[in-house]
Amino acid sequence: SVSHSQITRLYSRFTSLDKGENGTLSREDFQRIPELAINPLGDRIINAFFPEGEDQVNFRGFMRTLAHFRPIEDNEKSRDQNGPEPLNSRSNKLHFAFRLYDLDKDDKISRDELLQVLRMMVGVNISDEQLGSIADRTIQEADQDGDSAISFAEFVKVLEKVDVEQKMSIRFLH
Amino acid sequence: GAMQPPAASPGPAAPAGAELLRWQWQEVQAPCLVAAWILVASLAKIVFHLSRKVTSIVPESCLLILLGLVLGGIVLAVAKKAEYQLEPNMFFLFLLPPIVLDSGYFMPSRLFFDNIGAILTYAVVGTLWNSFATGTALWGLHRAGLMDPGVEAGLMDFLLFGSLISAVDPVAVLAVFEEVHVNETLFIIVFGESLLNDAVTVVLYKVFNSFVELGPAHIHATDYVKGVASFFLVSLGGTAVGLLFAFLLALITRFTKRVRIIEPLFVFLLAYVAYLAAEMVSLSAILAVTFCGICCKKYVEANISQKSRTTVKYTMKTLASSSETIIFMFLGISAVDTSKWAWDTALVLGTLFFILLFRAVGVVLQTCVLNRFRLIPLDRIDQVVMSYGGLRGAVAFALVILLDREKVKAKDYFVATTIVVVFFTVIVQGLTIKPLVTWLKVKRSDHHKPTLNEELHEHAFDHILAAVEDIVGHHGYHYWRDKWEQFDKKYLSQLLMRKSAYRLRDEIWDVYYKLNIRDAISFVDQGGHVLSAAKLALPSMPSRTSMSESSVTNLLRESGSGACLDLQVIDTVRSRRDKEDAAMHHVLRGSLYKPRRRYKASYSRHFISPDKQERQDKEIFRQNMKRRLETFKSTKHNVCSSKSKARLKEKGRKKAIPLPSQKNISLNKETPNGKTQRNIPWQEAAPVLVMVSSEEEESDSSETEREDDEGIVFVARATDEVLQGKTTPELCKLLLTVALSAPTGSLDVCPSPCIIPPSPTLAEKELPWKGDQADLAVYVSSETTKIVPVDMQKAWNQSISSLESIASPPGTESGPQHRRFACPVLEEQPQSASQATPEQSSCFQFPSHISRSGRSQSDSSPDGPEQQELQPLMATEEQGRMPPTVEPRWLMFNRASHL
Repeated sequence: SVSHSQITRLYSRFTSLDKGENGTLSREDFQRIPELAINPLGDRIINAFFPEGEDQVNFRGFMRTLAHFRPIEDNEKSRDQNGPEPLNSRSNKLHFAFRLYDLDKDDKISRDELLQVLRMMVGVNISDEQLGSIADRTIQEADQDGDSAISFAEFVKVLEKVDVEQKMSIRFLH
Repeated sequence: GAMQPPAASPGPAAPAGAELLRWQWQEVQAPCLVAAWILVASLAKIVFHLSRKVTSIVPESCLLILLGLVLGGIVLAVAKKAEYQLEPNMFFLFLLPPIVLDSGYFMPSRLFFDNIGAILTYAVVGTLWNSFATGTALWGLHRAGLMDPGVEAGLMDFLLFGSLISAVDPVAVLAVFEEVHVNETLFIIVFGESLLNDAVTVVLYKVFNSFVELGPAHIHATDYVKGVASFFLVSLGGTAVGLLFAFLLALITRFTKRVRIIEPLFVFLLAYVAYLAAEMVSLSAILAVTFCGICCKKYVEANISQKSRTTVKYTMKTLASSSETIIFMFLGISAVDTSKWAWDTALVLGTLFFILLFRAVGVVLQTCVLNRFRLIPLDRIDQVVMSYGGLRGAVAFALVILLDREKVKAKDYFVATTIVVVFFTVIVQGLTIKPLVTWLKVKRSDHHKPTLNEELHEHAFDHILAAVEDIVGHHGYHYWRDKWEQFDKKYLSQLLMRKSAYRLRDEIWDVYYKLNIRDAISFVDQGGHVLSAAKLALPSMPSRTSMSESSVTNLLRESGSGACLDLQVIDTVRSRRDKEDAAMHHVLRGSLYKPRRRYKASYSRHFISPDKQERQDKEIFRQNMKRRLETFKSTKHNVCSSKSKARLKEKGRKKAIPLPSQKNISLNKETPNGKTQRNIPWQEAAPVLVMVSSEEEESDSSETEREDDEGIVFVARATDEVLQGKTTPELCKLLLTVALSAPTGSLDVCPSPCIIPPSPTLAEKELPWKGDQADLAVYVSSETTKIVPVDMQKAWNQSISSLESIASPPGTESGPQHRRFACPVLEEQPQSASQATPEQSSCFQFPSHISRSGRSQSDSSPDGPEQQELQPLMATEEQGRMPPTVEPRWLMFNRASHL
């Protein structure tokens, strides 16, 4: 459901990023984007483009990751439930964000993992102790089963009132 | 002012000699009338809100207009002529600015800028369309000969009228939509439009006004070009003025550290100057104030103190609200003045029909285009609400009054029509929009306080989207917002914020801080009568309390910040007896109420807050938080706390003559309904029978949680050897744990709004037998008197005394300090109470009549010991409950700005 012109545009972007001109992007290719370097979550997001254990991503993989951010269209909402869940579903959008936190891929955001992200996003002005208490409180808010970590189910639950469809979509990827 | 002086009263006759008193009505007349009218309007508001039923159906603005009509009628009847009109000058210079400033300052800026495209489209294109379409259609109606020939108006007159009648009014929209609670997006679009369309209205009004004055023959093509140019000048110029003053304001507040008391004034002053400056050079004043408010808020809020923030907020709301009240009331009063009226049915009906029609058409057409660019399209229902929510108000009325009768011949007709249109939209549409919204099932706003998770993850979403836009190479909205935020962080914030404020500024941290404060406040609020630990634990998220507790507990245990907090106390104490005493003193000092102590009375015009108060608030906050955390721990680790209590009890029994506690032990097996009994394996297999009473009100929590959350009555049997084996420091530590968990573990029994002991080292220094007594008293009272309202203290005293009455036989001379110290344990071990030291009992006295009443109540003890024990307490609590819920709120406004 991505239009032809959109694919062309993204492909030209892909090739312009691809300095090695071998049809795949490496981490370095991403890191060359200047704005991404100052994005606190930049590295995590770059990593999200690469499948497990690989350090190259082809155009298909590139598009697959970007597809998470396609807006949900009206006709998609009412689509039959039989087919596989589209990549841009609410759940997949959330899962994308969840994976950014979950470094060790155990399907849980532990306190340490949360602290790492917090440290990246909050900056240096706040002491470790304060960050720690924020992390504690965050987990405390979300944790339901008492394991001191946020599972994906808890993550979804805690964001149930957030308009994820809107906040994790980019119109450009229509 | 709006009030024209009434017929001059006869001046004082020639003074005959010296006067004792002189009637000086003339001198005070104007301000007196203003004050009187404001008073009338405010009193009317009180009356309206006496009945919740009425205000829930009829918007306040309608009621005020109707009241105005009645008052206007009375004035007309008494004075035989219409007085006290809504004067345009008064309206634009004094009544409108507060409302606009309020709406700009408290505008949810993120939402506003997220929807800025739609808002601007509706405000500019929509208003232009409405003006021209309405004006032309009315002119057509006139040409068709449907109107009274008395309406002398050409195309330009009708366009002028169209321009003033077509603008959606911010005051009316705000008044009505605030009560409707549609979802945020819808609200911000309609409200944003009503604010931003001012530029268009002002320009159109001025251009057409000058055209009318010039006469159609003298208009040249260049005038049209000028008109278009002036639109950009007026709107962009107004915005620029607003931004300039926002910058100045932020810069000024950066340096107000030493003059905190006039801090709030700058906000109002500069915003008002911005308004006047824009008005002076005939730029859009509303835009100026709106953008001044939107843009300065972030920096101003960071710079000014918490108290100033509260002052700004409340003053702004008060001013805006009273302005609004006066505007609507005077609209009603002004309508009575029939001398201004000239009725033409065709014009009135035509105008009503056209503004509704063209508004709807305009909204549908624009939405059609906008939806192509919007992430979340506006659906049909949204469009209906937007069309129907286009209310007209006082701006239109003031503008039409401003028309020059010499130039605009049909002014009287226009005035009448405008009044009818305003009344129709405010009253009819205002009344029906709520049922309409309900009927259409418009998505309502769900007002919930931000949670840390939401804030954190939404931040992450923003970063993700910005990154993806970077990767895709598309410079979209997120890209620019990201750019702006970096610019802001690098330069603007550095320049406009205090160093201290800048360092601590972070949104996630802010939310965390606010959540903590809220919890602390609600904790104090609930104070004496929290019944379940769940409520106490996380008042901010009642639905999630149960799930969150265990995690906190674990966290606490892991991070070791739990019970070891108080170990320091013990280290310095030598003998075991001393240790016990130390612990008790420690606890006592934290949880006792000392007689209220006054601050040294001091008056200063320039400073309000002695440092003491601030420190105190901080301290209270800190302690509350600490206690909350302790609470988590103790509630979840029921076993742990029960163990400790058991041990505690043990200790008490060992050295004391067993007295009425026997009763509890024996009754222990009865297990009344709603109570669960369980055995908890104690260390070294000493059997401890723990009785957990569960009188849970909340049915949703599960069985286990219920047990955990409940007031606990412990009856323990353990052997003395076990106790002997315990190391004493641990014992003391446990003692403290019990005491700290007291508010949770046995809230039913001991509803203590008290403060937990301050940090142990501090306590250590001031332990009564080390420092002197007076010193101690001062210290504690400074902590407690501020947050605990007298009522709560009373409730607390009552509950204590009722406990006392049960625990000890009447008339027994018993030392109160043990009771106070460990209320949960109290009832089981009054023996320990008998070991009172006279020194302590002297420092706290129960009001005798209260304890007596509690006693008499408990004397008649029919069934179930727990029931008995609780009843008098519940009763006294009920009495103490009402007032505190209101009183402690002020705490919020006193909060120091940083931890």
